[in-house]
Formats: sequence, structure tokens, C-alpha cells
Amino acid sequence: MDPTSDTLAVSFEINGRAVTVHVEPRRLLSDVIRHDLRLTGTHVACEHGVCGSCTVLLDGAPVRSCLLFAVQVDGCKVDTVESLATPTPEGGLKLHHLQQAFHLEHGLQCGYCTPGLLMTLLPWLEQNPSPTEADIRQAISGNLCRCTGYHNIVKAVQRAIALSAEEG
Amino acid sequence: MSRLIGQRLPRREDARLLTGRALFTDDVDLPGMLHAAFLRSPVGHARVKRLDLSRARARNGVVAVYGADDLGALWGPGPLLVPPPPIEDIYFVQRTIVPLAKDKVRHMGEPVAMVIATSRYVAEDALEDIVLELEPLPAVLDLEAALERDAARVHEDLPNNLASHVVQTKGDYEAALAEAPVVLKRRFRYDRGVAAALENRGVVAEWDAKGGVMRIWDTTQAPIPIRNGVAGMLGLSESQVQVVAPFIGGGFGPKMMMFYPEEILVPWASRQLGRPVKWIEDRRENFGATTQERLQIHDSEIALTKDGVILGVKDVFLHDSGAYNSYGLTIPINSQCTLLGQYNIPNYYSEFKVVFTNRVLVTPYRGAGRQHGVFVIERLLDFAARELGIDRAEIRRRNLIRPEHYPYDNELIYQDFAPLVYDSGDVEPVLDKALDMIGYDDFIRNEQPAARAEGRHLGLGLVCYTEGTGIGPYEGARVRVESTGRVSVATGVGTQGQGHYTSLAQVVAEPLGLSLQDVDITTGDTTRFHWGTGTFASRGAVVAGNACYAAAQQVRQKVVALAAKLLRCLEEDVEVSGGRAFIHNHPDKGYMLSELAALANPLRGAVEPGTEPGLEATAYFGPPRGATANGIHAAIVEVDPETLQVQTRKYVVVHDCGTVLNPLLLEGQVHGGVAQGLGNAWYEELDFDEQGRILNNNLHDFMLPTAQDIPPIDVGHEETRSPLNPLGVKGAGEAGAIPGAAVFVQAVEDALGIDGLELRDVPLSPAKLLHILSEHTGG
Repeated sequence: MDPTSDTLAVSFEINGRAVTVHVEPRRLLSDVIRHDLRLTGTHVACEHGVCGSCTVLLDGAPVRSCLLFAVQVDGCKVDTVESLATPTPEGGLKLHHLQQAFHLEHGLQCGYCTPGLLMTLLPWLEQNPSPTEADIRQAISGNLCRCTGYHNIVKAVQRAIALSAEEG
Repeated sequence: MSRLIGQRLPRREDARLLTGRALFTDDVDLPGMLHAAFLRSPVGHARVKRLDLSRARARNGVVAVYGADDLGALWGPGPLLVPPPPIEDIYFVQRTIVPLAKDKVRHMGEPVAMVIATSRYVAEDALEDIVLELEPLPAVLDLEAALERDAARVHEDLPNNLASHVVQTKGDYEAALAEAPVVLKRRFRYDRGVAAALENRGVVAEWDAKGGVMRIWDTTQAPIPIRNGVAGMLGLSESQVQVVAPFIGGGFGPKMMMFYPEEILVPWASRQLGRPVKWIEDRRENFGATTQERLQIHDSEIALTKDGVILGVKDVFLHDSGAYNSYGLTIPINSQCTLLGQYNIPNYYSEFKVVFTNRVLVTPYRGAGRQHGVFVIERLLDFAARELGIDRAEIRRRNLIRPEHYPYDNELIYQDFAPLVYDSGDVEPVLDKALDMIGYDDFIRNEQPAARAEGRHLGLGLVCYTEGTGIGPYEGARVRVESTGRVSVATGVGTQGQGHYTSLAQVVAEPLGLSLQDVDITTGDTTRFHWGTGTFASRGAVVAGNACYAAAQQVRQKVVALAAKLLRCLEEDVEVSGGRAFIHNHPDKGYMLSELAALANPLRGAVEPGTEPGLEATAYFGPPRGATANGIHAAIVEVDPETLQVQTRKYVVVHDCGTVLNPLLLEGQVHGGVAQGLGNAWYEELDFDEQGRILNNNLHDFMLPTAQDIPPIDVGHEETRSPLNPLGVKGAGEAGAIPGAAVFVQAVEDALGIDGLELRDVPLSPAKLLHILSEHTGG
């Protein structure tokens, strides 16, 4: 296939911004997010939907962006890890309480799997505001982490719930 | 001086990682960048009959395609990373990897051709256009059969598949054996899989022809040696090559290997084509293109008194090298040395043979062969305890090296070529703490029998381990007070999640009286610091940490001297704290560090002879030998007698790695290691077919433990400072992973409680366990 022709226009919303990309039908959503839109916080690790690193939200639900073609998200809303923190007037970023909890509990080491975990947990915590430890372990069992042994990730989720309660 | 060393501080690098703003190698995007893909051998062993690249070259979007014959002078065997240690009568033949296979492929995944195209998609399309005709050869896979006279040869110019033969001894084992009332002899098979860092490997290279500079981003644990090697192989001077190891998505050892073919081919192609080139390994590729650890077969013998006191150990083992041996003997030497543990073993005979096979090259993966040694000695002690009717904890206690016997000389040569002398330790308090934390007595007396009465099979494991850490040769660091008053630190080691931006900042901030936020750390960028070796062998905190500490103290001395001169006071009266240097008890009489930095770099006047401008110092630290950490792991598991599924219920690690710089980060290292140890014991096994093909080369079929498989992990600390470095630290990066399989199988055996059952092979799985149990009951 000629790489310059036979592309399709795909329009969708990413992190609240409307975009249109022209892509081959075979182009993966993860490649569009990372390399065309330069949102490199979404990471690719297993490349077939097992590890959860590339998880983004599609119309609010967690999906594996390595298993989707970009053309499938036409007209949809996509949110990536870059949408979590909020810009401050000083030009910095205020971490979302879930991110803050991962920081406080040392829930990340190399940080490669972390964006996928955050995007998996974000909608899950909204639907499961008071989970048990077993619930948490099940919720993240589709996200592989090779550094932390999961111990501090579980603690981070518990901390996030506490921080959320404090924030009201 | 406010204490920062030893504090439980969260990491400074987190915000960038949590918000998706940290730079990883695949995030590098350069104008005009091309993309590489590799055609790799689909089988373990075959002769290359024909390689036709013409159709691939003709494909639209393809810029270049290279086979071995197109590489010119670049083609040839790569470097030997670690030469054989100075051990008497050592046998070692060197067969290092080549950039692209020429006449023969020797393992699945060995690269045969490189395509460069305008996109990765097109480059992979072009791989399909390449015609590669292979004549299959018998794959050398079985370690014992590989050494038989009529075996196929991995390297046909060699007389056989023997890569190395090493004997090391201490005392006189045969004499000890002759006197020994109790002798046990067993065979063990210890296999490991891939490290499976979540980030695959990758290289981006940009040849700047106008500047005469090669810029490289590489997922390496050792950016400085990569720079030096690329310079040599491309005929450039070292100052013409810049290597950045940005954020790395997990290292665990295989990213320490050098040179991988891609690490030299991608920069070479960029120079050939005058355009930036990127190669990012994909996951399936990773199973054949990135190094692994694998099988050792041990025939082991232990001689004891009737009281369970060790008189001697004999261990003869085979080690799978894979198709080449570019990394040298680090892994089998580690196995050989670590087997001795923290036990007083007066007589030791250890012999190993390294075997070339048609599998991917074996290089260190977290633990780096230490696992194998720990497994053998701990299992031998388990079986001895059972035979002699001695409690598991007690037989270990009776054999521990006494604290007064450190430094303890094992009379062997270690992987760093230095004598294996343990610098310090006191294991009995570590053992007692672990017994207490796991609830040993209560488990044996109450919990286990009560559960058994309900039909539940609980078991406990308890093992000791040694971790040789912090080896040389050296690392360095440059510390500078900037004109802003902030302090910048540059060191050569790369970082793969250990938290160097925090732990090294603690080490620098404390002597300079600063808070953590005032210190900026750069790691893994050869333009910022260009002497050093890399992050491996649990040495970052020990070697780079002490270099940073030394440089910070030198800068402090410069601050004090300048302030004393300006304040007309004695140096000993100067206090450095809160970003200022001032006269003790007169905080108003002093200077900000920013002021001092400016005054140390004046625009007028002369720098006095014998002095240097600026508040800057570069220091190096090179330990005479490695610092040795130790610890105890204990675990409680439950085995379902119907399904043979095993759930680890509780896991305790008590360890002694000397001075703790940051317990939060240290515990994180231990947690992650434990998960890899349990993964090694129960989940992770490479499945090779008879042609040397890996059948489970993806993360669906090669199972890694999930959050539901790993229990909560309790970590306890004991601190015996190392006398080998000023901070008193020992490494800890591999501590969690080393004894995992030994503790796991002991616990499973204990849970099953079947008379005479011995688990001597790792990894286990429910299917394997079923097989072992059927054989046991059948026999």
C-alpha cells in the first residue's frame, strides 16, 4: 500500500479538544495518540491487549488503545492521562487526587504502566467508591506492573479514596 | 544539619511520570525521522541458503535494506562485555554476537536484515518482501546432550559446545566427605524466563553531519559504555557521540547488555542515510531479541554432622549460555559464589560448564544467577533438616556466620574479580525478626494443624539469602551550586525506576544543608557526565551514591572556605544551612548560596593560583570490592489439593542492606523483586519447541503475576553498616527477587505434607505439580 494515499479522515475529541487526523485504516489508535497527536503519556507494552499500559477512556470507559484502529473512534471522546492534572495559574500542574495518592504511596517506579493504571482506575473508583482490598486487586488485575509488586498500588488506591473524601 | 538520609520521602520524579510528561525513548520524534524493522530468524538453528532483499528495496516508502554483506567493515563479532575472571585453569572460548547473521542463524530472533522506511508500518510490510531461505539444522537445546560427542555444534569452528569450564574450591571437600556422618546428594533444575520490562528496548539515532555529532537515545542501563562503544565501532571520537538514557520503563538487567545489534546498526544507518532513524522493539520481538536468563542443572552434595552443622558442599552444574557469550561468566560465577550464602561452609568444591545452545543469549536478569545458588543451598538444608529431624529455622541458625567472623573470607573469586569477602553482617537478628513477623511458632503449633483439620493445606517457607552488591569499578558525580542557589548534580548511571532523582538528592542535600527541592539530578546523559559504567548489580545507591556524597562534601568545603574568607572568620565557625552559609549562632552574618556562587565566579580580578572558579566538585567512588547484603524471606501459602492452585497468603522480607537511604524507595525495590521471584517460581517459563522456537512469545501465554497473585508484603529492616563506603550502604535492588523460588517451593512442599516429596525443579506450575505428585505416588 502506498503510505501517502488511501487514508481516511477521522474526527474525534481528545482531552476536550476536537481533532481530525488522516490515517490509513490499519493505523492503531495508540499510534495516532502517541505519534500523530504527540500525547506520549499513553504507553504501549504488550501490543495485544493484555497488559493495560495503553488504556485510555473512550466515551468515559477504559479501552486498550493498542486494540483499536483510529478509524473506530470517529465521533467519539477520548481521554488520556494528560487530561488528569489541572493547569495552575503559575503554569504548573495540580495533580488529580489519584495521581497524588500514587505519589504519596510510592505506587510507581519506572512509571511506564502508570498512565494505564490511572485511566483504568479513574472510572472504576467513581463506580466503586468503597472497595475492599480484594476488589482493588481484581480491578487492576488487567494491568501488569513489573516494578512495584502491586503492594503500593493497592495502598495508593486506598489513599486516593481517603483523599477524595477529604476533598469532598 | 537536618537529616535527609534515611528519611521516608516520596519521589521527585513522580509528577512527570504521573502526568505523562516524562520522556521515554519512543517519545523522541525528530524531523525527517525514518523507522527501522528487523527480519529475524524464525528458528533456532539453520544455514542461510539465500537472502534476497530486492523486492523489499523496491517497495514504495522503503529507503534502504541491509543484510550482513551490506555492512562492510561494520560486520564482525561484537565486544566481550566482561572478560573471564582471573581464576586458575579457567577454560573460556569467546563467541560474541554479530550485527546481522551471515551464513547461519543460531537462535530464534537473531537479526538477518534491517529495513529502513518512512514509517514502521511500511518497514514491517517490507519484511514480508524479503526472501530468506533456510536449511534447517538440528537445534542444540538439551544441556547434557549438547556436550555429547556427536551433538550438533552451535559454532562449527569449535570442537564442541563447551563455552567455559570453571572450578573454584575452598578447603578440602573430599577430606570433609570422608569424615562426614551425613551426606545428601540431589539434582536440581532451576530455570528462569524473560525480564519482561514493560517498556521494550529502543534506539533513536541522529547523525548531525554539520556538527559532526551522533546523538542517540537508548533504553540502556549503561549510557556511557554505549557511547564509548558506538564511537569505537563507527570510527568517531567519544566526544562526537552523545547518548541519553531518558526515563526507562524497567531495566532489570537485559538493558545492561551491550552491544545489542540494534544499538550499533541504528546509529550506523542514520550516518549512512543522513537522517534520524528510530527502532522500537515490539513485544513479540522482545522474546527473541532481548537477552534472557535460563536453565542451570545442578548435581549437589552436602556433608553434615548429625547436629546439622555443614562440613562441606560439592556442586557441579551446567549453565545455558545461549548462542553466544558476549556477557562473559557473570551469571554462573554469581551462582557459584552465592550458593555459600551466609553460612559457614568450610569446604566447598564448585565446578561448572557453560554450554552454547540455540537459544537467545543469556545475560543477567535481576538476581543474575544468585537465585540458582540460593535455591541449591536452601533446598539442601531443607532436606538435611528433614532427614536429621531438625527444625528448618534451627538448622539455618546453627550454620550462620557469627557476627565476630566478619569480614568473612570465602576464598573464591567473585564476578567483580575481587575476592569473595563478606564485609559485614549479623544474620541472627534478621532471622529472629523474620520468625516473629511471619509468626513462625504459632503457625507450626496452631495455625497449620488447625487448618489441616479443616482440610486446608497451609505451608510455610523460610530461607536465607546473600546479595553481593555495589561492585566497582567506579562511578562519578559532579555537584555544582548554580547562580540561582540551586544545586545541580550529574552522574553517569541510568535510572529505570529506582528513584535516583530522590535518593541521590538526599545524599547531596544533607551535607549542603539544603532541602530536597533545591537539588536537581541528571542521570544517564553523557553530555552532562561522561565517566562511569552503569546501573547494574545493585550498585546505583552504593557506588553513585557515595560519589555524589563525596562531591557534595567537597562543594560544602568550598562554600565554607569562601564564606569564612568573606566573613573573616574561622572555617569551623561557618554553618551551612537553609541555602545560606553564616557564622554559627549569627544567622544574620552570612551569604546566600546564590551569592557565594556568583562571588566564586567573578567577572574581574584573578582566580588565585591553586584554586578553581565556581562552587563545583567532581568526585569518584570505586569500592575495593562489593558490599554484601543479606536477609531472610518467609512466606505462607495455601495449596488447593484438588486443583493444585497455590495462593501466597503472606510474605515477609527482613533484610540488612546497611544504611537505609530512603525506606520508602527501598521497600518498593523489595516489593517488586518479590513479585519477580514469585513469578519465577510459579508463572514465568519459556516454552521452546524442538526447533528452538519460543511458543509463548507474548504476554498472554508467558504469564506474569498480576495484583491478584502477589500478596501484601511486609518488610523489616536491620542495619549493619558496610565499612567499605562512607555512607555505609549495601545494594538492595535484587534482594526481593533472589530467594523467591526457594521460599515458595519449600512452602508448597510443607503445605502438601506428603511424606518424602521433594520439589527440586523451578518454575513449578499446577500441571507440573500434578505430574510430580503422580510420579511420587506411582513410585
